[in-house]
Amino acid sequence: MPITDTGELDLDSFAALMTERTRIICLVHLSNALGTINPIKRIIAAAHQRGIPVLVDGAQSAPHLGVDVQDLDCDFFAFSGHKLYGPTGVGVLYGKEDLLDRMPPYQGGGDMISAVTLEKSTWAPLPSKFEAGTPMIAEVIGLSAAIQYVESLGLERIAEWEQQLLSVATERVSQISGLRIIGTAKEKAGVLGFVLDGVHPHDIGTILDDEGIAIRAGHHCAQPVMQHFGIPGTARASFGLYNTPEEIEALALALGRVGRMLA
Amino acid sequence: MATLDALYQDLILDHNRKPKNYRSMENANRRAEGNNPLCGDRLIVWLLMDGDTIEDISFEGSGCAISLASASLMTTAVAGKTRQDAEALFVKFHRLVTGSLPTSDGQELGKLVAFKGVSEYPARVKCASLAWHALKAAMEQPNAVVSTE
Repeated sequence: MPITDTGELDLDSFAALMTERTRIICLVHLSNALGTINPIKRIIAAAHQRGIPVLVDGAQSAPHLGVDVQDLDCDFFAFSGHKLYGPTGVGVLYGKEDLLDRMPPYQGGGDMISAVTLEKSTWAPLPSKFEAGTPMIAEVIGLSAAIQYVESLGLERIAEWEQQLLSVATERVSQISGLRIIGTAKEKAGVLGFVLDGVHPHDIGTILDDEGIAIRAGHHCAQPVMQHFGIPGTARASFGLYNTPEEIEALALALGRVGRMLA
Repeated sequence: MATLDALYQDLILDHNRKPKNYRSMENANRRAEGNNPLCGDRLIVWLLMDGDTIEDISFEGSGCAISLASASLMTTAVAGKTRQDAEALFVKFHRLVTGSLPTSDGQELGKLVAFKGVSEYPARVKCASLAWHALKAAMEQPNAVVSTE
């Protein structure tokens, strides 16, 4: 789906992209590269009118927005543990029961069978049908603790705090000469991607690291997005529940040092 | 010298701002592309070889300060050298940026010792060595693509 120069999905072209050959629509809820919160509820409703199921990548939205999969009416919703302050190598795939019932298992192994004979096998009920073999026991217990933790703080409170940080940061770094924010959607969450005139994002990353500030630099596994903006990559500060306005000031001051060193 | 200043030495910053031999070469007889897909760095190195001697060398591309400055300084270091000498220099340069070159061996590297600070930043070794890998590939075959990832 094409995007606009603010980093929003071009919804005008969306309807035309759905054809009788469209089997499933897969899209991100909250863009990791731009911070854009996509209007997925509208997109899901439009897709469902055409009988097309929708899979939502919620790796960023699950930890940073309150998500109600039933309200969204998405058919599948996926997120990972490590972006939710939890362990790596574990995540969640939500799916509507009737769709999951119709899907064959993708992997064979212990616990996913009901009865096995030489002639045929039958499958265990959901969700065991899709959980073959020894599960990631420690990781799942860790993920559960992480979910309880963010829920005890309240996802709406987290979202509100990160929204404040984003607006403070947007205003503060906009004062830095030669800095351009990439991703200026109206509906946006705590991701601040930017480029600095004459400085490559990886050099920004190394210098900020020296100041004790961890950002991500590069194309964020979203090369077509970078191509749209005609840049090799961005430097990206992303805000979590533990960040503070003081840290944003430190970021802005360190960016000043980057400019003095390299530009 | 503080670690960060040792990485971004003035010589490196100067070559990043104004890279030497930054041009395409129409009469080149060798060419190689260096790509680091994870970080997005991309360089093209052109060579005009006369037998085993590098008569002319140039490059173009986009990348961080370390990769651009390294490409620039590399072109000035190997111009006029034989393939064998250039390859031997790369071996030493690689030892320098990975921190395994004895200090006494640094002299032959000349200005390239400016990249010694890279050894404190393992993630940047691939930036510093990208152009060199492209050079080596271009000397080995007329039209090559390499990556340091």
